[in-house]
Amino acid sequence: MSSVDWKNYEPVLIPNIKDIHEIDVYTKNGGYSALKSVLTDKSKWADQKSVIEEVKKANIRGRGGAGFNAGLKWSFMPPADGGPRYLACNGDESEPGTFKDRKIFEYNPHIFIEGALIAAYAMEVTAIYVYIRGEYKVYIDMMEKAIQDAYDKGMIGKNIFGSDYSVEMYVTGGAGAYICGEETSMLESLEGKRGYPRVKPPFPAQKGLWGRPTTINNIETLAHVPNVINKGADWFSSIGAPNHPGPMLYGISGHVNRPGVYELPSGIPVLDLINEVAGGVKNGKKLKAVIPGGSSTPVVRADQLNGITMDADSLRDVGTMVGTAGMVVMDEDTDMVDMLWRITHFYHHESCGQCTPCREGTGWLEKIMLKIKNGNGEIKDLDLLLDITTQMEGRTICALADAAAWPVRHTITRFRDEFEARCKKSVHAVA
Amino acid sequence: MTYEFTKEDLEEIEKIKAKFPEVMPATLPTLWVAQNRFGHVNPDVQRLVAKTLELPEAHVHGVATFYTQYYKEEKGKHVLDVCTCLSCQLCGGYDILEHLEKTLGIKKGETTEDGMFTLNEVECLGACGYAPMMQITNDSYINNLTPEKVDSVVETLKKGEKPDYEQIEMPLRKVK
Ligand SMILES: Cc1cc2nc3c(=O)[nH]c(=O)nc-3n(C[C@H](O)[C@H](O)[C@H](O)COP(=O)(O)O)c2cc1C
Ligand code: SF4
Ligand code: FES
Repeated sequence: MSSVDWKNYEPVLIPNIKDIHEIDVYTKNGGYSALKSVLTDKSKWADQKSVIEEVKKANIRGRGGAGFNAGLKWSFMPPADGGPRYLACNGDESEPGTFKDRKIFEYNPHIFIEGALIAAYAMEVTAIYVYIRGEYKVYIDMMEKAIQDAYDKGMIGKNIFGSDYSVEMYVTGGAGAYICGEETSMLESLEGKRGYPRVKPPFPAQKGLWGRPTTINNIETLAHVPNVINKGADWFSSIGAPNHPGPMLYGISGHVNRPGVYELPSGIPVLDLINEVAGGVKNGKKLKAVIPGGSSTPVVRADQLNGITMDADSLRDVGTMVGTAGMVVMDEDTDMVDMLWRITHFYHHESCGQCTPCREGTGWLEKIMLKIKNGNGEIKDLDLLLDITTQMEGRTICALADAAAWPVRHTITRFRDEFEARCKKSVHAVA
Repeated sequence: MTYEFTKEDLEEIEKIKAKFPEVMPATLPTLWVAQNRFGHVNPDVQRLVAKTLELPEAHVHGVATFYTQYYKEEKGKHVLDVCTCLSCQLCGGYDILEHLEKTLGIKKGETTEDGMFTLNEVECLGACGYAPMMQITNDSYINNLTPEKVDSVVETLKKGEKPDYEQIEMPLRKVK
């Protein structure tokens, strides 16, 4: 069992300070001091590398879904050659079940802006782009204002804090396409094109925006950076689960009494999150299943959850992932066939269509699931579905195909009875 | 009908262009300027965008058709985008969609005869904790929907008013 003391946790990412979203309040409460420190305190931060090393040591695992060490990612940028270099901040937030970055935009935009500026300095970036999904119109407006305020105070622009570092920062909106959250698709979209993911290599650190070195980070990932600089890597890595440390924004939705976004340490027991934090399953019903971190993370049965905590290692033990920590809770009356059909519909709708296994595969998954949902499926269709998932995984340009395949594979395996019960008895069936 | 940008629009487009090292990245934001001005980006509007940015029409058309938020044809005055994705499905999104189909007398994808409302079923809008929910004409989110709440929103829109922005706190956050 985890010993994470979440009950006494004081939020640091979105602290309990009134109007912290305003730049003056943010600054009065120590805001932008981390940026000032890295730019001017040469005794503490000798060079850019020292900043990257500290962030690497903190082990901020990417909060966009893949969980990659942010500082390590920054270290992949090639040496500066005098040309433009970019940081692209991923605020696409389109994975079903995920609704956390919007809280940063609304309640503490400057901690993100400060984090992005520190990241930009560390990687010698010349311009920062913040890509926000088009549906988040209000948050795009809020971010535009926050960035303008930061410009007005001299936090962004020429010679920040009198240093020789200068950088520009821009907000730009999407226009409705889940795939644009995939990092190279986002770069295409930023370049004003259709969001078709790029073949890797070359990786964005080599050839990103306009062919120049680019790093992509999630909004929450960057928002953790100022605290790491102020309080140190050891402070960050002492919070929550040792191998997946730090504060975390959990988004909880579905059949719970108190859905919403919560800032708590990583590594909380899943059952505590549901029963205590989110007020338990609605209408006194029993828990049936949980999708821990967005629609692509495999579903887990309630009986598998004892002692499981919200971090990569523990969730791997039950064959799933942290993803975006956007948890979807399902009560005992949830129809897993309907639920899975809706997920297959989503991925089919959102496949960009570049790769045959994904374009055709997501279509077949949806079609067969619809047939089963309507009571016309046969048991052999379940095996066909599983077979299609193996033909999709690892064979495509981006990970959308995998993200579409995993829920199918794992929901069927973990709730096979329910799927079989929905199928017609067929001559080909074994039972 | 011929479409033309106003002087203000053109100024905004210049500002957009200044954000980027090339002109192509201005495609998406300029399509937004156009849609905000004309209510849609039909082929004529796409042509105007292409001409204004001096980009190939095929490029602008390709972009406009890739992204779901651009209206490639005229829509109702208010577009109701009801989310039925994962969390919204679990919390009754399909009931909301059905309720609207009944109230408005149209099916999803259709527009009412008086041109007031278009009804759509959409994918996750990033409001999963406040399900079921809908977005109105690419703008306000209306959360925690019930049939009664839906009815009152429809009435508000009919009166020509805009529903209020719903601020939703983080449940454990105790602001001092
Ligand atoms: C289909 C697909 C959709 C994605 N959507 C998002 C998203 O909406 N937001 C996000 O931050 N990352 C998303 N990602 C992950 C990004 O590709 C990338 O890994 C991430 O933004 C990197 O930031 P991080 O290392 O800070 O997490 C998506 C990935 C895939 C394959
Ligand atoms: S895997 Fe799917 S979404 Fe990704 S590039 Fe290929 S077709 Fe497009
Ligand atoms: S599932 Fe409806 S907003 Fe996310």
